[in-house]
Amino acid sequence: MNRNYELMFIVRPDMVDEDLNKLISTLESSVTSAGGTTKTEVWGKRRLAYRVGRFNDGIFVLMLIDGVGAVVHELERRLRVTEPVIKFLTVRTDEELKRLDKIKKIRDSKKKASAAPAAAASVTPATAEAGTETPASAPV
Amino acid sequence: MAEETKTPTAHAGSSGGESRPERSGGDRPERSGPRGPRPGGGPGGPREGGRKYFRRKKVCKFCVEKIEAVNYKDVRLLAQFVAESGKITPRRLTGVCMPHQRRLSRAIKQARNIALLPFAGRAQ
Repeated sequence: MNRNYELMFIVRPDMVDEDLNKLISTLESSVTSAGGTTKTEVWGKRRLAYRVGRFNDGIFVLMLIDGVGAVVHELERRLRVTEPVIKFLTVRTDEELKRLDKIKKIRDSKKKASAAPAAAASVTPATAEAGTETPASAPV
Repeated sequence: MAEETKTPTAHAGSSGGESRPERSGGDRPERSGPRGPRPGGGPGGPREGGRKYFRRKKVCKFCVEKIEAVNYKDVRLLAQFVAESGKITPRRLTGVCMPHQRRLSRAIKQARNIALLPFAGRAQ
């Protein structure tokens, strides 16, 4: 019942590394204590596309979270309260990953088997896939 | 459905007719109904200033390169589908197929929210 989320947040650019790491470890511990796994990537300082608050740059941090919804709810609550965090966005990704997995499996099965038996096997599970792949070869 | 009711009028009908047959190859049989009478009235050229009925076929970039996941994080890919003003370019100009356009549009909106793409104005 675990869902995958991607949480990206922007921290004000004049924050020091150690404070940032402290903040990240606090957030990570709140996830793991509730029984989830997390992975963090710090993208570093980037120019923002528009002014947010008083800043034109920000430090982007991406967290990949595996857990229940309550975990993310708690995380977002914390981020809202934390002063250095100026923006955040949570995206749920487990449905997307499931879909990509399915597509990959179909493509792999098509490559391994020969054309005829594989086409017969893949027509039923994914007519949508056949639909997206035929326009490349569809005549006028 | 709204496009089909507009087919009697001049402009909306032609742009709808041009984009639909090229984009959704699977849907072609059902679209031949409303498309039938229109070629009879002319190649659709005079309305658009001498353009042929089937403009140079644009293919969906995502379908060709088999890019399945459109993420809000790859700004360079998304920026190709965003105009100078920051607006999302319509499908009939970029040639993207509908399901990919939907995912692309959602990704662009997410990127705008997280300040990776601007809402308006050129991206610096």
